[in-house]
Amino acid sequence: MTDGAAALLERLAQLEASGLAAIERADNSEALEAARVTYLGRNGELADAMSAIGSVEPDQKPVVGQRANAVKKSLTRAFESGVASLASTSSSDVDAGVDLTLPGRRAWRGGVHPVTRVIDEICGIFGDMGFTRVEGREIETTWYNFTALNISLDHPAADMMDTFYLDDDVILRTHTSPMQARVMESYQPPVRVLVPGLAYRRDSFDPSHAPAFEQIEGLAVDEGVDFIEFRSSIEHFVRRFFGPATKSRFRPSFYPFTEPSAEVDVTCSVCAGSGCSTCKRTGWITIMGAGMVDPAVFEAVGYDPERYTGYAFGMGPGRIAMVRHGIPDMRLLYEGDVGFLEQFS
Amino acid sequence: MKASINWLREIVPGLDDDPREIAQRLSMIAAAVEDFDRVGEGLEHIVVGRVLGRRDHPNADRLSLCVVDTGADDPIDVVCGAPVIVEGAAYPYVPVGTTLPAGFTIEARKIRGEMSHGMLCSEMELGLGRDKGGIMRLADDIDPGTRLIDALGLPDVRIGLDLNPNRVDLACHLGIARELADGPLVERDFGTSWTPAWADGSEEASGAGVTVRIEAPDRCSRYLAAVVRGVEIGPSPAWLTGRLLAAGSRPINNVVDATNYVLLERNQPLHAFDLARLAGPEIRVRAAGGGEVLETLDGETRTLGPADTVIADRDRAVALAGVMGGADSEVSGETVDLLIECAAFDPLSVRRTARDVGLATDASYRFERGIDVHAQGDALRRCVELILAVAGGTAEDVAIRVGPEPAAPTDLPLRASRVRQVLGIAPDDEAIARLLEPVGFARTGDLGEDGAVFYSIPGWRGDITREIDLVEEVARRHGYDRFPDEDRRFRSSAVPEHPGFDRAERARVLLAGRGLFEARSLSFMPEEHRGMQARVPVPNPLSAEESYLRSAMVPVLLRRVEHNFARGRRDIRLFEIGTVFDLVDPGASSNGDATADRSAALAPYAESSRLGLVITGRRAPDHWGDEGADLDTWDLKGLAEEVAGSLCDATLEPLGADADPVAAQLGGAWLDRRGFRIVQDGVTVGVAGAVVDAVVDSPPWAASLWALELELAAVRRREPAVYRPLSSYPAVRRDLAITVPLAVEAAEVESIVGDTASDLLESVRLFDVYEGEGVGDGRRSLGWAFRFRADDRTLTDDEVEAEMSAISAVLEERFDARIRSS
Repeated sequence: MTDGAAALLERLAQLEASGLAAIERADNSEALEAARVTYLGRNGELADAMSAIGSVEPDQKPVVGQRANAVKKSLTRAFESGVASLASTSSSDVDAGVDLTLPGRRAWRGGVHPVTRVIDEICGIFGDMGFTRVEGREIETTWYNFTALNISLDHPAADMMDTFYLDDDVILRTHTSPMQARVMESYQPPVRVLVPGLAYRRDSFDPSHAPAFEQIEGLAVDEGVDFIEFRSSIEHFVRRFFGPATKSRFRPSFYPFTEPSAEVDVTCSVCAGSGCSTCKRTGWITIMGAGMVDPAVFEAVGYDPERYTGYAFGMGPGRIAMVRHGIPDMRLLYEGDVGFLEQFS
Repeated sequence: MKASINWLREIVPGLDDDPREIAQRLSMIAAAVEDFDRVGEGLEHIVVGRVLGRRDHPNADRLSLCVVDTGADDPIDVVCGAPVIVEGAAYPYVPVGTTLPAGFTIEARKIRGEMSHGMLCSEMELGLGRDKGGIMRLADDIDPGTRLIDALGLPDVRIGLDLNPNRVDLACHLGIARELADGPLVERDFGTSWTPAWADGSEEASGAGVTVRIEAPDRCSRYLAAVVRGVEIGPSPAWLTGRLLAAGSRPINNVVDATNYVLLERNQPLHAFDLARLAGPEIRVRAAGGGEVLETLDGETRTLGPADTVIADRDRAVALAGVMGGADSEVSGETVDLLIECAAFDPLSVRRTARDVGLATDASYRFERGIDVHAQGDALRRCVELILAVAGGTAEDVAIRVGPEPAAPTDLPLRASRVRQVLGIAPDDEAIARLLEPVGFARTGDLGEDGAVFYSIPGWRGDITREIDLVEEVARRHGYDRFPDEDRRFRSSAVPEHPGFDRAERARVLLAGRGLFEARSLSFMPEEHRGMQARVPVPNPLSAEESYLRSAMVPVLLRRVEHNFARGRRDIRLFEIGTVFDLVDPGASSNGDATADRSAALAPYAESSRLGLVITGRRAPDHWGDEGADLDTWDLKGLAEEVAGSLCDATLEPLGADADPVAAQLGGAWLDRRGFRIVQDGVTVGVAGAVVDAVVDSPPWAASLWALELELAAVRRREPAVYRPLSSYPAVRRDLAITVPLAVEAAEVESIVGDTASDLLESVRLFDVYEGEGVGDGRRSLGWAFRFRADDRTLTDDEVEAEMSAISAVLEERFDARIRSS
């Protein structure tokens, strides 16, 4: 190797070391730019050194040229990373006045109705117990709504349900129970169904009544379904829906299509059982009417009442939603007021 | 039903000391206790005062000055405002310094110049009853100074029971007591001074100078009557007054109080007529004549018809059978002789009569649900004994009994195996009997098939007619809450899930995610509202606003929008899933299938599930960085495209000028004709578009309204998607701006592009629309972005250029397109 080439290589090494050090030292963009001009600029040190390559012996040129290029790459990379690191530590955003506490850009919020949520939860829990959902007509015959369910129109029990008549034999169903008969006419046990849907009663629209309201009917029929299974299944539902701390009680009741009949109460969620206006100071809220399917219903639909037993229940998801959310007036559920609906989304 | 705990204690000695425990027990075994009120609490200082003398207040017309013996050494002066004050009569006296339940304290003070030391008061002021008409007159014979609560048998607790319709037997104290007692009730002897000879007849009988005739045996199965002469009408003894008050009944006079007491004790409604007011004297049970008029006890004059049943004397109606007595024949201060009625009226005819006149009374409640016809003789005897005791007089030795002897209730068999099958618990016959016998069911000794044990049914349990009714009694007496909690094996259902639930859920998830709120409206609407028609009338509606069932979702949702407008809300996005109703041609009515025949009456009525939505207001919540804008056609169309494309497998088509009857039926008067129909498999399943101004009452600040209505059945089940391989080669984008005549629709262009290009065209998207300068009159510019890609290679420029040239050429030829840039 000639002296000229060796000297130039030595010069390139020094240049690289001092250049890297200068870039490293630069703690602001002005210093960094000054270092770039000094070492990498058009008239900078590297350019000066490279112009000397021409005077090196031809056989040495590739070696020196490669070295020069490597130094250029190394310095350039160092400069770029210096730029990047200065940018990341700089407070230029704050300097530019971007206030990150400003509100973000949002889309409209929507949501399903609180009563729908209650229905879905109830159906989900019973769905886990093998129940399927079926849909029934809202316009029904008196046979399915009353007769098949052992309800005599002359009995005071029919007073509980003031009815919208469309003609002599056709009504708006007063409960979702007619589907009990329709399902059993079409299917043989095991039957486990839920009937979520609307029911109609000629009640004036007031804080605790609506002429059309949601109901969920449940029906389970098979061999060997007894009162213990009925009670345990409902208890299971209560624990899952209302929480393990909620207590329930079964009281004697009367429905023409169940016997034994029961009403199911749960401890009032508002006062935890100590008594308040929601629970009329009893500490309990009635959530369901239920019971063992009356043999007369099995006879009406052609099931053998000596072979099959079962239970049925009915719940009002609207009322349950009112208790759950502390909604004081049933009419709020059906007004479609956006200010109301957005509270539950 | 209101009941007095003291009264129950008297019938069932040894009840729990805590009335709350008694109420709790009744709730769990018999009927829910809904009210719990302490009666007579806070009245410890009130005493009985006798008015020794009374004179008018010198300075006030309506006030009296009374001298009252309060049991103290000296009588006291009291100013009193009651309209009637009887010298020598006893009233509750409130001494000075006493605070009444309502919260005010009695002080000695001058009233219009006269000193008053205390006060005489009414039931209302004492919190004992509802009667505020005058001061409360007590029996004359109580010693002045006696504490009022001691005289009335207070304090007591009044409970209110919510009776189930089958348990009318619990509407009396004996009935409730039976549930609380450990064994069959041993009834206390209520006196045997009156043991009448019965004058019997199947339709008519006479005795004691009276004739009773049942002219409508289908409405009255039995009529018992007794005559008591020489009674003295006055206030009841204090114990009786106290009992009635505690049980929530209003004391009237000794005779009426006695009949009410027996009603509350043993459920038999009784009526006392003033015998002197009965022409004949005779009693006829008959249908009312058309237009027959009767003034009832409540002072109302009622015009009756043949469907109503009356008690009449020889000449006219004197009572509404089983519902209410007549004013003419009621017991008054002048009454001396009585006829006591103890009848059994037919439940349905009482129900009809009570409904016709709009009355619901203690008597009609019991008759409608059925009384114990086997206990009528005892009830009448009890009532006569009580009247003799509290009002004096003598009873005629002969009493009247018309109508056939009631048949004994049928004995019922009960199998222990059936109890086990239905209830899951397995008591043996002995254990079952131990549960049933305390409430009146007794083993007869007969045995039936399958080891059934026969039980006799007590007369008061008319609701027990089948074996299952006895099974319920077993469960109830065992205690519903004493059944074990046992997990049973999982059972599946033979019934498939209805697909409508999945459809509704998919719609809810999509729309709630797009910023809409789910509404739930009542299903009613007026016959016609702003041109929107309903088709199924409700003959007995609550109001004209609700006289039809909705025939579409959007008209009902628009009313909800108006509700929001009225509350000043401008951004409203609602959807609802519900049923709509229509009238259809019923077609052939019967095919001989029993199930179908049962539904034949429904043939004229069609129901279907629909999705409706309405949106109005801003496109997005205001943001400081954006210029806000209201929703427009393209927002509605985009939402409708999502509904059509992701819920259904449908496309949007402009409504155009063609009449589409299905679209008209789905939409109706609200739909602007520049809207869209949603078409699936060639069938119109929905409509979407702007809501015309005329159908909505919008305030001036409201934005335009957009709506959509879709048959929910068109929503498809989401099938699992099939994977398409992802190309590992790059896509090439080319843009093309063309100008076309205004009449050329974007969809036509897109469609032709799709037909022209090869499989290499991955997508085409419109990114710009421009009309105006530089485009030429009658033309507009459309900017399209194309993406080309091959699965197996990187596309060359030549390949892409070939595609673009072909597309350009076809567009130029078909649409007179001019290429602006590419």
